[in-house]
Amino acid sequence: MRPGEALSIWRAMAIGAVALILLPFVMQYYTLTVLVIYGMLGLSLGLVWGFGGILCFGQAAFYGLGAYSYAIAAVNIGESSVPFILGIVVPALFALVLGAMMFYGRLSDVYLGVITLVVTLIFFKFMNATAGSAHVIGDARLGGFNGIPGYQTLNVPGSPDDYLYDDRLYIVCAVALLLVYGLVRWLLASPFGRVSVGIRENELRAELLGYDVRARKTLLFAVGGAIAGLAGTLYASWAEIVTPGLFSLGQSAEIIIWCIVGGLGTLAGPIFGAVALGYLKFLLGQQSMVDNSIVLGLILVLVVLLLPRGIVPTIRDLFFRTFGRRRRRSRRPARRQDNAS
Amino acid sequence: MNLTRRDLLAGAAALATTTSLVPWVPAHAAEMIKLGSILDTSGIFDAYGKPMQKATELAVAEINAAGGLNGEKIELVSYDTQSDMALYTQYGQQLARQDKVDVVHGGILSASREAIRPTLRKSKTLYFYNVQYEGGVCDRNIFITGVTPAQQAAVLIPNVVKDWGKKVYILAADYNYGQITAKWVTKYAQEAGGEVVSTDFFPLDVADFGSTIAKIQSAAPDLIVSALVGGAHLSFYRQWAAAGLNKKIPMASTTIGVGNEHKVLTPEEGNGIRVAYNYSHELASPTNQAFLKKWAEKFGNTDDIHELAVSTYQGVWLWAEAVKKAGTQDRMPVIEALEADLSIEGPGGKVTIDPKTHHATLDVHLMEFQDQKMKVLEDFSQRPPLDTQAVCDLQANPDDNQQYEIKI
Amino acid sequence: MDLAAVILVEILYAVASLVLIGAGLAVVFGMMRVINLAHGEFMMMGGYATIVAVNLGINVYVAMIIVAPIVVGLIGLVVERLVIRHLYGRLVDTMLATWGLSLLFIGLVTMIFGNTTTGISTPISGLTIGAYQINGYNFFIIVVAVILLLAVFAVLRWTRVGLVARGTMQRSDIASAIGHNTSRIYMVTFVAGSALAGLAGGILAPLVGLVPSSGGAYIAKAFITVIVGGPSIIAGLMSSAGLLGVVAQIFTFAATPVVGEVALLIAAVILLRLLPQGITGRFLKGRL
Repeated sequence: MRPGEALSIWRAMAIGAVALILLPFVMQYYTLTVLVIYGMLGLSLGLVWGFGGILCFGQAAFYGLGAYSYAIAAVNIGESSVPFILGIVVPALFALVLGAMMFYGRLSDVYLGVITLVVTLIFFKFMNATAGSAHVIGDARLGGFNGIPGYQTLNVPGSPDDYLYDDRLYIVCAVALLLVYGLVRWLLASPFGRVSVGIRENELRAELLGYDVRARKTLLFAVGGAIAGLAGTLYASWAEIVTPGLFSLGQSAEIIIWCIVGGLGTLAGPIFGAVALGYLKFLLGQQSMVDNSIVLGLILVLVVLLLPRGIVPTIRDLFFRTFGRRRRRSRRPARRQDNAS
Repeated sequence: MNLTRRDLLAGAAALATTTSLVPWVPAHAAEMIKLGSILDTSGIFDAYGKPMQKATELAVAEINAAGGLNGEKIELVSYDTQSDMALYTQYGQQLARQDKVDVVHGGILSASREAIRPTLRKSKTLYFYNVQYEGGVCDRNIFITGVTPAQQAAVLIPNVVKDWGKKVYILAADYNYGQITAKWVTKYAQEAGGEVVSTDFFPLDVADFGSTIAKIQSAAPDLIVSALVGGAHLSFYRQWAAAGLNKKIPMASTTIGVGNEHKVLTPEEGNGIRVAYNYSHELASPTNQAFLKKWAEKFGNTDDIHELAVSTYQGVWLWAEAVKKAGTQDRMPVIEALEADLSIEGPGGKVTIDPKTHHATLDVHLMEFQDQKMKVLEDFSQRPPLDTQAVCDLQANPDDNQQYEIKI
Repeated sequence: MDLAAVILVEILYAVASLVLIGAGLAVVFGMMRVINLAHGEFMMMGGYATIVAVNLGINVYVAMIIVAPIVVGLIGLVVERLVIRHLYGRLVDTMLATWGLSLLFIGLVTMIFGNTTTGISTPISGLTIGAYQINGYNFFIIVVAVILLLAVFAVLRWTRVGLVARGTMQRSDIASAIGHNTSRIYMVTFVAGSALAGLAGGILAPLVGLVPSSGGAYIAKAFITVIVGGPSIIAGLMSSAGLLGVVAQIFTFAATPVVGEVALLIAAVILLRLLPQGITGRFLKGRL
């Protein structure tokens, strides 16, 4: 890690912490919690795509897998600690296997996108087709289109009757987001992260330098899967029902949109994009003047045309252009503004 | 729906990032009775949700025009869940905790009901689910005004087996509703002396039925019973007719027509399909004629009225009558009023709340599609929700809280 | 024996409908590297155009084959001029923008036509094969798909426009240097792709119940078919539609439509794992 990097990470986390403490004064916990969860989901793709160059159309697969793993385990076990861990480990392992299959098969570019999309669709179709009473894992009916309701939500580890909900669930999610953010920043500042960015920039060069590109991409992909799984687990606990809609094409596309609107190549961007668009959707549902699809559609088109780099990088540049961007530049000799924020 | 002051305020409050604006609300607003509505009025399920929203608005407008309930007007708080499950949870919480409404009407899919039911139960907010569904929900906080599979199948199946023959082929949507309906159809077919030669399930997005149609022909049934759901499944009726089979093998359905599909199919494609519902535009009762007239006055034309919209309309009126009878909008007195054999005369006939199950006892009409209309063949008055009654007794266990899988 | 004939027709029909669904996307993606996520909505609008035209009293074939492509082609023209034109070479941005457009179109169509299911009935009556009756319209779709492939091939292979278009797609700088207006060529290509989507939507309209959100059902299938096919437009579309259609239909007959669809998806994954550049990335290289 370079000097100053640690400081920068702590500073970013402190800003994030202040924001997460202040937000409850403005919004209700139940809305805020899901926005934080979306933020984490956005972060997972922001890492894989923005820093690993892996365009994953199927981040929703890991999200849904995390949620379903948690729900199924919670129905069977009850106490939430083991389900919580499973909700992270299962999608991580699945991402590892899927990643290995893709990267050792030298898939890249849109072909990779299609495979991840197809895998998500397979989950979606499979889960939708499990309404019959034959589809059972342990005591958990998969429930098909209607999903699984009524499982144990997160509790204080060890005491199954002490539920974490509302403000406490928010605190758990907020702390989780901060921790994950810090860990990802640390990972990106480590040699592993720097090589990952190097691979994104030029895969052939990284390979010729002797790095095992395939293994590194697979690992990064699994880390992204684990984070998405964590988001899914928290979502399952918040929503108290999981449905195949988590695996849908719409959900996958939404994650991609968060990343692009917020700003790809940053970590704050996808988080911001997820929170902002999630909140926008929530606000839109409270009016009935115009069809909500039209508003969302227009916003997306306009962002692409007017702010092609996303909101966060644009604002940041504006900020530094006004308040001494030069000073910051000099500390970063390589033109890699991606790593900032 | 018009943008109400409340909507504007909610938006403004959120945008101004403060809730301290609330004292600005004129003081009398707090005295109003609040009715929360939570429906998908955009996104893929809006064909069901929009007419339901209109029905809610119509009922509320009528009640207010007649002077409100116990002297107080009803304020309608509506949210559009945009066919997104996560928004049900959010708005459900919003209605219960922030808006503190007296009753919530809404939810379309069973999953959306299950997403908000626990929240509303915990926060002691009365909940009406006004949709035809698979049956079995047992919870004293919820009232369900739609028809359930047994109510339809008990009327429909014996009739078609008697008229058309014994070999039944079942096609159903692959989710709870379809699975459970298929079981009830099988039961009633066997009781009527028929046999089920095959049962096929289709996920909601399957739109290509060519191979299925070939398979059906090799099974050579006397009739088909369909519980297919939604726009994609409508393709089946098209492709069935395109192969010329609608002239050869007759069909009955527990679902077609709920979304006004009989108006989409041409007469050649639709004629002769038998269904059983609570509502049809063609019901001659004075209540229905008055309802159609009021709908037309408020919204222009009546083409979009469907079974679920009428259930919603009847649900709001049931609640309103209970509030009048109880003399208050407080939850427990209203529940007790509803449990005391409360009934109303709705567009679909008399609707009575069954106190044991909180489901509706209602009239079911056996109908046949004819020239894009549902012609009523026979009326079956006051059919109880037999399926849910088999598993649920809220008078014996008022604290019950689950959705039973009904063993047949 | 009768059943075998029926299955054969159904397989051909499945392949033909994949060709139809994929053709517009293949032209736009294959030639311009633009992923049009609003492709499904273009098809949906083609369907609506057909239905409106038929309700206005226009002959159903004219509505499907002429009105629908023209209407959707014009919409494509507007979209290209206003949005896509600014995004050439930015694959991901075009995806986002076209996703936004798809939402926009769904909203607009809902506002105009409402959200109740609409449709028209099939203009061809059923046929009898032995003891079975099948949908006569299947044959029409098969014929249209074949003609469509031949026409696209002919345009690209034997006309000057096709030659210039192909050249531009390979080296736009050279094409521009020898005096061709590349921006115009991209525009024409996009409009052609949109018109093909409109045609597909129109042709399939009598078989389905159409709602504003119907497009979602097509886009994934179209996308998968095109990518599995690989870089060559015609050869890729034919080979992947052929393989995937056969696999899907066989599994549908042997089991259920769900198994059929999942089989299609798994076949796509396996194919891409073995042939990472799509079928024509390995075989039939350099063909059209």
